[in-house]
Amino acid sequence: MNYLEAIKNQSESLQAATPEWMHAIQARGRALWSAQTWPGKKTEAWRYTSLVKVEKTLASAQTGKAAGFEAAVAENTLQFKEALQVVIVDGRVQSVPDTLPEGLQLAAFSNLAEADQRSVAEKLGTVVETEKHLFAVQSESLLSEGLYIKAKKNAAVSVPIYLVFIGSQAANFRVFADLEQSASLTLVEHYLSLESEQEQQLENTCTEFSLADNSQLNHYRLNMQAESALHVGGVHAALAKHARLNSFYLAFGTALTRIDAGVKHVGEGSHTNMYGVYLPRNNQHVDFHTNLEHCVPHTTSEEVFRGIVGDSARAVFNGRIHIYPQAQKTHAQLSNKNLLTSNKAEVDTKPELEIYANDVQCAHGATVAQLEEKSLHYLRTRGISEEEARVMLSFGFINELIEQLELEAIRDYLRPILAKRFARSSELSQHLL
Amino acid sequence: MLNISKLHASVEDKEILKGLDLVVKPGEVHAIMGPNGSGKSTLGHVLSGREGYEVTGGTVDYFGQNLLELETEERAREGLFLAFQYPVEIPGVSNMEFLKASLDAQRAHEGKEPIDAVSFMKQARELCKKVNLDQQFLKRGVNEGFSGGEKKRNEIMQMMLLQPKVCILDETDSGLDIDALQVVAEGVNSLRSPERSFIVVTHYQRLLNYIEPDFVHVLSGGKIVKSGDKSLALELEAKGYGWLGADVA
Ligand SMILES: Nc1ncnc2c1ncn2[C@@H]1O[C@H](COP(=O)(O)OP(=O)(O)OP(=O)(O)O)[C@@H](O)[C@H]1O
Ligand SMILES: [Mg+2]
Repeated sequence: MNYLEAIKNQSESLQAATPEWMHAIQARGRALWSAQTWPGKKTEAWRYTSLVKVEKTLASAQTGKAAGFEAAVAENTLQFKEALQVVIVDGRVQSVPDTLPEGLQLAAFSNLAEADQRSVAEKLGTVVETEKHLFAVQSESLLSEGLYIKAKKNAAVSVPIYLVFIGSQAANFRVFADLEQSASLTLVEHYLSLESEQEQQLENTCTEFSLADNSQLNHYRLNMQAESALHVGGVHAALAKHARLNSFYLAFGTALTRIDAGVKHVGEGSHTNMYGVYLPRNNQHVDFHTNLEHCVPHTTSEEVFRGIVGDSARAVFNGRIHIYPQAQKTHAQLSNKNLLTSNKAEVDTKPELEIYANDVQCAHGATVAQLEEKSLHYLRTRGISEEEARVMLSFGFINELIEQLELEAIRDYLRPILAKRFARSSELSQHLL
Repeated sequence: MLNISKLHASVEDKEILKGLDLVVKPGEVHAIMGPNGSGKSTLGHVLSGREGYEVTGGTVDYFGQNLLELETEERAREGLFLAFQYPVEIPGVSNMEFLKASLDAQRAHEGKEPIDAVSFMKQARELCKKVNLDQQFLKRGVNEGFSGGEKKRNEIMQMMLLQPKVCILDETDSGLDIDALQVVAEGVNSLRSPERSFIVVTHYQRLLNYIEPDFVHVLSGGKIVKSGDKSLALELEAKGYGWLGADVA
């Protein structure tokens, strides 16, 4: 049985186990899935990323109960002063906070009131262009659980919503965040794996954000799974007038991490800040496909991705900027800088500009380089060993982006983890901690 | 302490230093002047062991050791300091982390433990005052967005922290306002001692009013073509380099 068929069968058999409102969506997914041709080397969106490992998982079903996940949560999570924490284990929501701030709704799909079921069913798939993303199609086909978040009009939710994903086996999950007019929200998606797990997990999370006029979302997606994990999925946002999205991605690298991040600026004055960092090493593979669409006049975006690729690892970065004919006065900036720390490491970076308006400013740049000799020399002339200098420079390259993050808890959490990531011994990171 | 003899060095197969001789004894201040492109910075780079600067002939003796055999960081830990003409920006690494790493490297070389954070901070704050840099500069990325003059003062701060034996200052006076020039000169003068020597590369006699040199050399076409006392600097200021002869660029 091939992968496409396996998913279809699994989708059909899901019906009995899932609420009725999901069935139409699953069927829609199945229809799209049947129409898919499985990507090969010639499929542009998958040119540098092989799906062989995904096929091998043969879409094993999710179990929803990974033994011992509590310890993983306790040991590895961020230390917020206050947060609305939701733990999701292999695609199953463990619990949702009982008391929520004024104006915030937060519920598992499996636990929605009837009225909300209807509205979620209507909304799912309205932000992501499902048919354009293989794993969004899979996500619809296998829809069984998700999280619905709504910040009501004018609600300024100051406590971050913190989603902890613990994976050990296959997981299929949806997030939909709905920000009404002038609402604001912070959402953290943090992906972890169970330490002991040897199995390859295929984790697919498709996240959608709908930002109404003047709303603001701060979004963080931290992918820090075990080396063997397979993570696919995407984050898709639509921004109405003067809406603002600040997003940050971190991918440590796993056997396969592929994230499609798309933003549609559909309201004038909307703005996106998208920062990202990827750090694959060993034989890991990280692939970011970003797509910033400017559909109306006077919208802006700033995108900065940096990667450090070591050993025999491979990184793919595809940054698309699409400016519609009517989208005059768009300002879009894209920068992608890569450091290679080994001569077997590889980066494929490709800016993809489609600009159909004439009165726009669009700047882009991509570099692939090694640590700068003159920076190394400068540190060494102060007595710092070459090895420590390399650690400091690698760290600095990434820390430049981390320093700018809004959430202190995330900066504090990442700093030591990153310092250690670049150092082979604790001595080499001692001056960064 | 530093004995440079018949030094030849090339960059990208182009010979820049062509038989340079210079002897520096403890406590001395040597000024090096010379036309643009004559090899002054190259000398600093070669002495600091920069990659790509290939020594093709000659010797450099440093306290009885062959300097050219030491790694860059070993030279630094042995007390050789270069204040860069163009200090390098290192975003994402704070000046404080950088300074402490430098000091600890030197301490380790002397068999000492890393300095504790509290004493280090105290020392760093005092040094900031001495070079007239706000303490905020400790938190900022190394030289990141510093003005030209601030970068130069940061170099002097590092020198004061590390207390080197031989200090090479490559145009540390360029781009400084009058007050900053004085700050730099005071920094240098406060470190002057019978054991410590300076090689001061400059284009301007002005600095030498503050830091009085024992010797002034003219480096031209990759070698020292004239040496004298401080009056030579005045003469150069008045007459330029042309009178020194045909082989001066
Ligand atoms: N990496 C390099 N590649 C090619 N040429 C180089 C390189 N570095 C230095 N040079 C050349 O070596 C010569 C000497 O340069 P150097 O920087 O030492 O001059 P300088 O005396 O310090 O000049 P200035 O007074 O302008 O600072 C110049 O002609 C310069 O162009
Ligand atoms: Mg120079």
